[in-house]
Amino acid sequence: MTHLVTLPILLPLLAGGVLLLGAGWSVGARRALAFAATVALLPVALLLLERVADGTHLVYAIGDWAPPFGIVLVADRLAVAMLLLTAIVAVASLVHAGAGDDTRGPHYHALFQFQLLGINGAFLTGDLFNLFVFFEVLLIASYALLLHGLGPHRVGAAVHVVVLNLVGSALFLFAVGTLYGVTGTLNLADLARVMPLLGPDAAPLARSGALLLLGVFALKAALLPLGFWLPRAYAAATGATAALFAVLTKVGVYAILRVYPLVFGPDAGAAANVAAAWVLPVALVTLAFGALGVLAARTLRLWAGWMVVYSVGTLLVAVGLFSEAGYAAAVYYMAHSTLASAALFLLADLIARQRAKAVDRLDEADGMPHAALLGGLFFVIAVTVAGLPPLSGFVGKLMVLEAARTQPGAVATWTVLLVGALVVIVAAARTGSALFWRTVPLPADARVPALERRPVAAVAGLLACIAGLVVWGGAATSYAWSTARQLADPSGYVSAVLGADGNARDERRSLR
Amino acid sequence: MEALVAIAIGVLTGTGVFLLLRARTFPVLLGLTLLSYAVNLFLFASGRLVVASAPLTDQGLGTYPDPIPQALVLTAIVIGFGMTAMLVVLALRAIRDTGGDHVDGGER
Amino acid sequence: MLLPLIVLLPLLGAWLPAALSRAFGVDPARTAGALVVAALAIVLAQAGAVLDGVTFVQSWPWIPALGLHASFRLDGFALLFALLILVIGLLVVIYARYYLAPEDSQERFYGLLLLFMGAMLGVVLSENLLLLVTFWELTSLSSFLLIGFWRHDADARRGARLALMITGAGGLALLAGVLLLGHVVGSFELTQVLAAGDKIKAHPLYETILVLVLLGAFTKSAQFPFHFWLPHAMAAPTPVSAYLHSATMVKAGIFLLGRLFPALAGTEVWFFVVSGVGLTTQLFASYVALFRHDLKGLLAYSTVSHLGLVTLLFGLGTPLGEIAAVFHIINHAVFKASLFMAAGIIDHETGTRDMRRLSGLARYMPWTAALATIAAGAMAGVPLLNGFLSKEMFFAETFQVQWLGPWYWILPVAATLAGVFTVAYSTRFVHDVFFGPAPQGLPRTPHEPPRWMKVPVEILVGLCLLVGLAPAITVDPLLRAAAGAVLQGPLPEYSIELWHGFNLPLLMSVVALAGGALVYFARRYYFDLHGYRQGSLDGRTISEGAVGRALWGARWLVERVANQSLQRYVLLLVIAALVLGFSGARGLKLTGTAPLTPVDGLALLVTASLVLAAVAATALHARRLLALLLVGVVGLAVSLAFVRFSAPDLALTQLLVEIVTVLLLLLAMYFMPAGSPPEPSRLRLARDIVVAVAAGGGVAALAWALLTRPLDTIAWYYLENAKPEGGGYNVVNVILVDFRGFDTLGEITVLGIAAVGILALLQGLKLDGPALDWEGRPWAAERHPLMLRVLSQPLLPLALLVSAYLFLRGHNAPGGGFIAGLVTGTALLLQYVAQGSAWASARLPWNHSHLIAAGLLIATGTGLASWVFGAPFLTSTFGYVTWPVVGEFELASAMVFDLGIYLAVVGVVMVIIARLGSLSGPAAAAVKPEER
Repeated sequence: MTHLVTLPILLPLLAGGVLLLGAGWSVGARRALAFAATVALLPVALLLLERVADGTHLVYAIGDWAPPFGIVLVADRLAVAMLLLTAIVAVASLVHAGAGDDTRGPHYHALFQFQLLGINGAFLTGDLFNLFVFFEVLLIASYALLLHGLGPHRVGAAVHVVVLNLVGSALFLFAVGTLYGVTGTLNLADLARVMPLLGPDAAPLARSGALLLLGVFALKAALLPLGFWLPRAYAAATGATAALFAVLTKVGVYAILRVYPLVFGPDAGAAANVAAAWVLPVALVTLAFGALGVLAARTLRLWAGWMVVYSVGTLLVAVGLFSEAGYAAAVYYMAHSTLASAALFLLADLIARQRAKAVDRLDEADGMPHAALLGGLFFVIAVTVAGLPPLSGFVGKLMVLEAARTQPGAVATWTVLLVGALVVIVAAARTGSALFWRTVPLPADARVPALERRPVAAVAGLLACIAGLVVWGGAATSYAWSTARQLADPSGYVSAVLGADGNARDERRSLR
Repeated sequence: MEALVAIAIGVLTGTGVFLLLRARTFPVLLGLTLLSYAVNLFLFASGRLVVASAPLTDQGLGTYPDPIPQALVLTAIVIGFGMTAMLVVLALRAIRDTGGDHVDGGER
Repeated sequence: MLLPLIVLLPLLGAWLPAALSRAFGVDPARTAGALVVAALAIVLAQAGAVLDGVTFVQSWPWIPALGLHASFRLDGFALLFALLILVIGLLVVIYARYYLAPEDSQERFYGLLLLFMGAMLGVVLSENLLLLVTFWELTSLSSFLLIGFWRHDADARRGARLALMITGAGGLALLAGVLLLGHVVGSFELTQVLAAGDKIKAHPLYETILVLVLLGAFTKSAQFPFHFWLPHAMAAPTPVSAYLHSATMVKAGIFLLGRLFPALAGTEVWFFVVSGVGLTTQLFASYVALFRHDLKGLLAYSTVSHLGLVTLLFGLGTPLGEIAAVFHIINHAVFKASLFMAAGIIDHETGTRDMRRLSGLARYMPWTAALATIAAGAMAGVPLLNGFLSKEMFFAETFQVQWLGPWYWILPVAATLAGVFTVAYSTRFVHDVFFGPAPQGLPRTPHEPPRWMKVPVEILVGLCLLVGLAPAITVDPLLRAAAGAVLQGPLPEYSIELWHGFNLPLLMSVVALAGGALVYFARRYYFDLHGYRQGSLDGRTISEGAVGRALWGARWLVERVANQSLQRYVLLLVIAALVLGFSGARGLKLTGTAPLTPVDGLALLVTASLVLAAVAATALHARRLLALLLVGVVGLAVSLAFVRFSAPDLALTQLLVEIVTVLLLLLAMYFMPAGSPPEPSRLRLARDIVVAVAAGGGVAALAWALLTRPLDTIAWYYLENAKPEGGGYNVVNVILVDFRGFDTLGEITVLGIAAVGILALLQGLKLDGPALDWEGRPWAAERHPLMLRVLSQPLLPLALLVSAYLFLRGHNAPGGGFIAGLVTGTALLLQYVAQGSAWASARLPWNHSHLIAAGLLIATGTGLASWVFGAPFLTSTFGYVTWPVVGEFELASAMVFDLGIYLAVVGVVMVIIARLGSLSGPAAAAVKPEER
């Protein structure tokens, strides 16, 4: 089926449209449709995975306009892995929301679908400006989702997120304009082809555009100093939304992984490796500060938010190595941290609901109902995010350390990675003991809120995936490595999009 | 002409950025509007300037302007409009919910 | 036979005690015991072969990319530890069954105990070093949970966190060390690593690796200066202490020293660091132990000092020293476990562990007293007991040092001194508790414990005696196998016998015993031991102070930097962009070679007005209405620029969006303060101006640099193919609905989402513009300006006609669905502003979000239609029809797409305006708050 590649975009688009029409339907009906549309993404992603596993790039020319003139969708190992990851998190998040959060405002499910549309589109598109468009789609959907349920804290956080991202979008367009202004093309593969041809006269402009673009992606990925908005915003969102946002930050990371090795890779002539000098140091700062934030957090949701910053830092350390081993580590760590953060936010929501007055404040409170189950889940997730064995966080940390070992500045990188890990371990121990140990025993006759089955199942499902990442670690890591090889050698991508002779053919002419 | 356009873009960016850094939502809104003008002009300029023509191929004009940036700017304008509208309403909501039009909520 | 099974039985079986007791009411202790026995059986089945020197290695690939394999190894050394872990584990299981109080959850306890046991077995049975590290960290985690078993007890919580922090840090260091080790050797498999000793020691990274690995070992084995976590771990239930803090976990560090002995030991660095630390620890801890009043506290420090002894022996790096070390590991595990259990019994039966309150218990629990005395004797190194033998070997070894030269005597003297203290605190343990007058005012009247609580102690004490009396036939085979496995080579000649004749070691023992007794009793009479208060300088207070300060510092820093100020965040973003942009443009030649277009007066005028308006708007932004109008002027100028530079579609769109936006802001202003308060500080103002100028200058430079360079683009393709392939002369429109229709689809989706989001935002939002705002600033008052009201009515039908026209011609001339939609929308919008929303809503009775949805679905549907013809999504087709008025007219599938856009845009404008318009005043009543 040749149209398979479009489904991750069209399914949510249609579902979203229909859900918009069906605003009047019963909650059950809307949930059913939304759930069906979301779950359907799983088989689609798996089918795609099966297609690209052998290294093929599935290229789909929208409107049948040959690249570089039309917009193409490109599915390679990285993109499909992200699609699968998104589908998994989306299903979990939707299951959680289906327990009642989705009724706290209008059009939740439509917005949820549009959010998926934006994310999947960003993963699949092979065109720079189209990437901008999908960024906007996922952003505006995320604003609406962040505001879902309203309340001063959400509105306040949303103002910050919206303004910052509007500036970010402006930056994106400056970057696109600059790059188009030098290369005269927008297709990523074509950009990669043109980059080496640029003369010394145009190169500085290209570099400037490339770095402006990096700023945009860094903002999306919440790299410090641009990521300070994230913890508060994610903490303000409802649990399910925050879980889905765990993917959102990764879109920024994905964009870096997608654009820089391909367009500004080692062979990009005057603009080669333009991002190399920046990502690693900034990522280390993000990691360190994120760890401090985790230690400093006063509520569980903020704790989870800073944990996202910390993990993004670690992730971008791997990306910032711009080496095959680094990419491999990044791909694996991406899967790990996305699943873990999502699970963490879902669980934080459950815990907050159980702790009547204390909500998710990290101080003494009445005994936690269902402490055995919730505590067990929290322990497992804490072990994962703290990078302790035997879960995926440990494997991911190992891969990052190994990748960093051979690079210059390895000592600094290792020190930050390991000390950061220790800080997070300490913080996790404190948080756990504050939530589950430092409690006033409940009176025997205390009425404890029942624990809804579905949200728990959502968390458990994500944890199962995390365990899978370890149990089948061999398969997972080898996929990560083959993905890394694909990233490190963009020629496959270029020739897949522009045709075997694509590199020889220059489609650009002067209009004068 | 090029110089004029460059200056205009620069001024719009500068004024936009300055207003963005204000403490109240309304000037920030104005700032974003100005900034988006700057962006649109810049994106448009990335296709270079052609005077007294149009991307209409039935007019038998000599040199055509680059239509791509024009299309991109159109898309950008529309998206910007949607975003601005959302922010305007959000600002109103913020006044209601946080009790003031300070960007950090309330009156500060 | 499957080695992993030994590990997995307890590890994966950890949930069984709870499950079985819930399902069938099985006593958790029995389940746990059964699992331990099963694992023990597997080990014993192999014991024979291993004692004969066989080494079993079993390996399965797990994560080859990392060199992390699930490979296990059972040799003499591993066997020794496996036996210690399982046998003592079994005894602890029995003991705890009677120790735990009814309110303690046995399910949880045995679950965690099994978890820890599995992890510990994993450590000793790992062939792959990364696997070893994995289990190593697992022991830290499970012991964290065990120490914190009594969660309500603040000391338990702190002790647990402390232990996790110290051992966790060590674990990370170990991880780093192991990674480097594997990198040096080229494999993480012990077989290779142990064989590569010389290569490792020669490698430049050797010292680094050594330090990192030792950090792991020392933290785990509570070596000075990391010892302090262990005494605080005594907050754990006594069975846990008996198990973790005597026999198993604290031995993991020692195990590592032994395991990597061939790979790392035997160098000068090794000797000085390892034996130095060991000696310090032994001496220091044995001294401190003397002054503990808490039985478990005394035992804890005694454990630390004995671990120090073993460390020192490994540090010597001599084969005989290593044999003595292994031997002492065995002996210490046996007598220390029994002593902890005895202490537990005393605690259990008397209700206190404070030696200042305990006394003369012998007359109440003679049997326990006897057992404890023997065990203490073994600890003190009394002849005929196992402790004596290894102590003798230790004393003998202290003379075999090559590195110290003239200072060779230091070791024996220090060792003897440590011996003296050991004897002293052992004596105290026995004498204070069991002898002397009858105790006064104990919480409970003491008596012998239940039968099964003593059995484990009896067995262990029995072992002390057996080994002590007949070492050659009891422990020797195991010792040889273990020591051989550590050395990875032939053992030197040695014999463990009670009697080696009169020699220095014997003398040292005598001195130690006599001196120890002397010290204790002398101290007793000349200095009141019981009056001793422990100093405030405790490792925990220090480390917790450190953590506390770190926490405080982190809070201070994080809450200062991430201070939730949007202005700061935006500033950071802008500065980041500036830094990135400029650094990228380094070496840019500002002006390019392309020919410039001549300036004309009009352009100059427009630019001037634009600049003036923009600057004025900025300067006067506090006066909001004025500023808004000025911004409107700017927008006008921009659209004029588009006209001038051959972009009619852009100009139209810009103009219309401009109008809608300004009207929107006008509407919003009604609910906002009419002005902004004055700027707080001039400094910030100046800073912002600088940043703004830099940003403006940068972008202007960038634009100039681009504009003055020639450009090759792919644009020609669109110009050439718009008509033949896309069926339209208006290239921009063809690009929007065809070449890059996908962008447009996304674009209207954004609009749609924005509308939906706005609907959500307006839920239950009712605003009224009061006369004054919170600071007494006047609100904008203008509501429905007369001019507009008059103008707008005839405008509507006209506008609809125009938009129809614009829509139809869009494909060939400026116009199209979006522009048409905006025209319609704007016209309707004017109605709202002019007439008020009640008037308008009454006349526009359709559901806006349905309109949007319809638009989206129509556009998407058009795209999907192409699938029917086997073409990709959004493939267009077109044909020609002749229409009246419009004339020869081309009908493209793209136009249906355009229709979708039209509907969506109208819907969006309607939502925004209708909703916003109905926010306040009498109009509100007409529109129900929820969406209609």
